[in-house]
Amino acid sequence: MDDDFYRDYILDHYRNPRNFGHLEHPDASADDTNPLCGDRIAMELQLTDGRVSDVRFSGKGCAISQASASMLTESIRGKTLEEIAKLPKDVVLENVGIGISPTRMKCATLGLRVLKSAAIGRIAAWPDEE
Amino acid sequence: MTSTLDTCDDAKAARVVADFPILARPTARGKRLVYLDSAATSQKPLAVIAAIDEYYREYNANIHRGVYEIAERATATFEAAREKLARFVNADPREIVWTRNATEAINLVAYSWGSANLRRGDAILLSELEHHSNLVPWQLLAERTGASLRFIPVDDRGELVLDDLDALLRDCKLVALAHVSNTLGTILPLETIVPRARRAGAVVLIDGAQGAPHLRVDVAALDADFYAFSGHKMLGPTGIGVLYGKRALLEAMPPFLTGGDMIRRVEYARTSFNDLPWKFEAGTSNIAGAIGLAAAAEYLNALDLDWVRAHERALTGYALERLGELEPRGLALYGPRDPQRISGVLSFNFADIHAHDLASILDTEGVCIRAGHHCTMPLMEKMGWSATARASFYVYNTRADVDALVDGLAKAARIFKI
Ligand SMILES: Cc1ncc(COP(=O)(O)O)c(C=O)c1O
Repeated sequence: MDDDFYRDYILDHYRNPRNFGHLEHPDASADDTNPLCGDRIAMELQLTDGRVSDVRFSGKGCAISQASASMLTESIRGKTLEEIAKLPKDVVLENVGIGISPTRMKCATLGLRVLKSAAIGRIAAWPDEE
Repeated sequence: MTSTLDTCDDAKAARVVADFPILARPTARGKRLVYLDSAATSQKPLAVIAAIDEYYREYNANIHRGVYEIAERATATFEAAREKLARFVNADPREIVWTRNATEAINLVAYSWGSANLRRGDAILLSELEHHSNLVPWQLLAERTGASLRFIPVDDRGELVLDDLDALLRDCKLVALAHVSNTLGTILPLETIVPRARRAGAVVLIDGAQGAPHLRVDVAALDADFYAFSGHKMLGPTGIGVLYGKRALLEAMPPFLTGGDMIRRVEYARTSFNDLPWKFEAGTSNIAGAIGLAAAAEYLNALDLDWVRAHERALTGYALERLGELEPRGLALYGPRDPQRISGVLSFNFADIHAHDLASILDTEGVCIRAGHHCTMPLMEKMGWSATARASFYVYNTRADVDALVDGLAKAARIFKI
């Protein structure tokens, strides 16, 4: 990894994570662990008219996984679950992926993986409810 | 602190370093390789690499079958390797079973001895600091047999609490303990526990994955029934490990894996099994691995295990002292603080820097450490640590390596602005 990887905004998101905590009544949620290092992230989504109107994440782990998840939550309001389910890795790699090693890439993408499984899980649950 | 107990033998360590070709190779960033992850796997001296090379170049053949010259030589060298490992732990060669690693050795006992001997109502006693390899096989055995698991507690410095040992040993059929904790370095008080466990009628297995590489092991004096260890953590190659077992126990145990090489006579309907130790060595063994491991054992003997221990103790004392300097800045050291009680492993966290970030920053300086749960998730959970950074020392480490670690931590503090 590059020496200058831990830029100020990454440390800022690590120490002051945005949208951190829980929603009272999430419409979709998921959590996962990176078995390699034990990093944990949970994502909760609130939907209004089929679009994300609020989001919270919680978890514990390295600066990369936590900052990456924090930045991700800032960019998904207004998206539909289908859009979230199709988000490419680049959305997090643009934020934190520059110069990180393949092993640490799993940390960078953990939040995205959890977010997408929350969306996909909710999409899959729809037919039952209707 | 206690580093005055031993003085670091950097001169001999420097000669040792020269035996390890990998340590002469700079990292991609042009840094000196500072290898502080020997608890995960050790580096290999030229003597081990050469022994493996020689086997493949000069006498590669399958063992126990061929009658031609190179097959005879392969068989003789393979069995001589067994004798060397037997001497290394003071056992009889018939009590030395080759496995892939410590994990497989423990599984062999869990499946073969465990399934035949444990019943509902029996207890298995472990400690709270066990590696997953000395926990999961017993959980599954307990599920299969209806036996229950018990744990010797550890205190907040990672030392075993033996106050209730007698109660814990009641109706206990098996005691399975680490020799040394891979997470905290704690040397377990086996000389206290093993005799009491044996008096209580329990069979004792020691997970020696972190013991055999660092401490002189005498299975006869220790009086454990089984002692499991891995070659790759003691300067040998991967894919080879050892299960030592008392002969009478091994004789009475059913085979684990079955097939070629472990048989005496096979008919279509039935089979009689080979003698010890081959009864437990189904299929073609890791011949090169056994030969390489024997070379590693000889190398350690030549270094002298008392020197190995004294060197690691001195280095641990020095590291405790140097890392202690960072405590006012938020460094938290875990495990026993006494080098007498630790075998070359130090776990720590630094302020609010996650262990993985520490490891990544240290990597930019060529310093290799481990970060995470170290395959001891229940212990981490109990201690309330989500991850720790772990530096571990071996024969080729010097005080310069400790200094590089401390410099790397100072760099991490600068980057994280603490
Ligand atoms: C205490 C302990 N037990 C068991 C093991 C498992 O060793 P292996 O993976 O070589 O089977 C290890 C290695 O990490 C260990 O440190």
